[in-house]
Amino acid sequence: MAGTVPLRAGRRQAAVSSAAVNESSAVKWLLVGAAGLVLLWLIVLPLTIVLTEALKQGWNVYWAALTDPDAASALRLTLLVAAITVPLNTVFGVAAAWAVAKFKFRGKGVLITLIDLPFAVSPVIAGLVYVLVFGAHGWFGPWLDAHDIKIVFAFPGIVLATLFVTFPFVARELIPLMEDQGTQEEEAALTLGARGWQIFFRVTLPNIKWGLLYGIILCNARAMGEFGAVSVVSGHIRGETNTLPLHVEILYNEYQFSASFAVASLLLLLALVTMVIKSWLERKTSY
Amino acid sequence: MSVTAKETRRGVLPGFGLTMGYSILYLSLVVLIPLAALLFNSTGLTFAKFWSVASDPRVLASYRVSLTTAAAAAFADGLFGLLLAWVLVRYRFPGKRIFDALIDLPFALPTAVAGVSLTALYSSNGWIGSLLEPLGIKVAFTPLGITLALMFIGIPFVVRTVQPVLEDMEKDTEEAAATLGAGRWRIFRKVLLPELIPPLITGFALAFARGIGEYGSVVFISGNMPMRTEIAPLLIMSKLEQYDYAGATAVALLLLLISFLMLLVINMLQRWTHKASR
Repeated sequence: MAGTVPLRAGRRQAAVSSAAVNESSAVKWLLVGAAGLVLLWLIVLPLTIVLTEALKQGWNVYWAALTDPDAASALRLTLLVAAITVPLNTVFGVAAAWAVAKFKFRGKGVLITLIDLPFAVSPVIAGLVYVLVFGAHGWFGPWLDAHDIKIVFAFPGIVLATLFVTFPFVARELIPLMEDQGTQEEEAALTLGARGWQIFFRVTLPNIKWGLLYGIILCNARAMGEFGAVSVVSGHIRGETNTLPLHVEILYNEYQFSASFAVASLLLLLALVTMVIKSWLERKTSY
Repeated sequence: MSVTAKETRRGVLPGFGLTMGYSILYLSLVVLIPLAALLFNSTGLTFAKFWSVASDPRVLASYRVSLTTAAAAAFADGLFGLLLAWVLVRYRFPGKRIFDALIDLPFALPTAVAGVSLTALYSSNGWIGSLLEPLGIKVAFTPLGITLALMFIGIPFVVRTVQPVLEDMEKDTEEAAATLGAGRWRIFRKVLLPELIPPLITGFALAFARGIGEYGSVVFISGNMPMRTEIAPLLIMSKLEQYDYAGATAVALLLLLISFLMLLVINMLQRWTHKASR
């Protein structure tokens, strides 16, 4: 559900046949102009202002904000969290898609809905549930406390909350794709004597690689950019449990606007790179 | 190799047990068990306590703010999203590819970044805020600001739901209507719009569902004034900060209930959209 859109393939350009089924060119350009203004207002302006605010006090302030030790440690933490969560959810996504798309079983619809569940849950709730499980007053709180293990308000909590919010991305992308491809090629490989892993790596993986990559980059963008869920479980300790998005908030609340927007510009860059790879993949898979 | 009847019905490929087992284990550990902690309250939340929280005026106000702003934003997204999808599918124009790519940006942009940049844009000395201030329109720190933030978050949902339906539409019905003497506007209203209603409502529901749970893009621009601009997810956050775990759980349970209802509605709507586009 919310958060992702299936990879679009095979665009058809509507055939232009007669004047009767097309708007006059005045109407056309009026609509294109209006749409352009909407896009400018809703999307382009908010992007531009990140850069202008970041550079308002000049390159030195910008550079200082990015090379600040707290910013560097936030960047490290963000990269580390993504490096753990993205592979875990990728392995799950491939396994789930294999089970769902290549076999028939009862309750398939329920399983797909359950996989989608994290998209329907508010990020704040995604954080809250881990506080209820591992927090001081939670299910395992007393036990964890007795063994001196910290999960909530520490690094493991951030990883868990991120796992939750990015959980469906890869599975979501692969399930429809693998369902469309059916099982014929794999079955042919099986009759020719291929083993399970051979079938997966030689037959299935080449067929799904672009969809898989697409799911991974969307999963990664969300893992690096998640704010609400991580905010609940992080504890906001500078230099320790502060991710890049949380660092943007801290600087902003301290009225260090230029520094805040400088860090935000790094995240904007992440989003732009994600978009470029995404449209490249979309063009690659549409024919 | 002998294959039992049960296995053939399921499929002949290997790996069902492994992948299914792993999927369910991982799903349970990451999603289901933590959610169960919320549903089977671990905080000693009694029904009396739940009710006193749920009927608290501040909590009710936060739900009113969340629901009305999310609905207003999703409605506005419906209108603007239809325009954007129409232009993208029907016309050729310079810069179309960038236009198309930009629409997905709210999906990829971290919500905190959207939050701070929208606040800068609409605050009284911002580019748009300073233009609206003389007209007596305040955006930042009002429900209007929350609505604008949710519009930003929700617009791709509408465009990406309407776009494929519009692409799949055959021109024959339009041509037939034109042969019968219908004008362009009349064709749009009588022929095209009825087919676009299912995806539009689905897009609205997706944007609305995302809007009621949204946190990052809203907290900066909303000003977070109790009773006026405090959204439900933020109330959960502030109850947690005051160590009121039972209260936070109660507010979250209500929000979760609304989300699950939306998920159900969206599933039904998506089936309807698929049927309509076929």
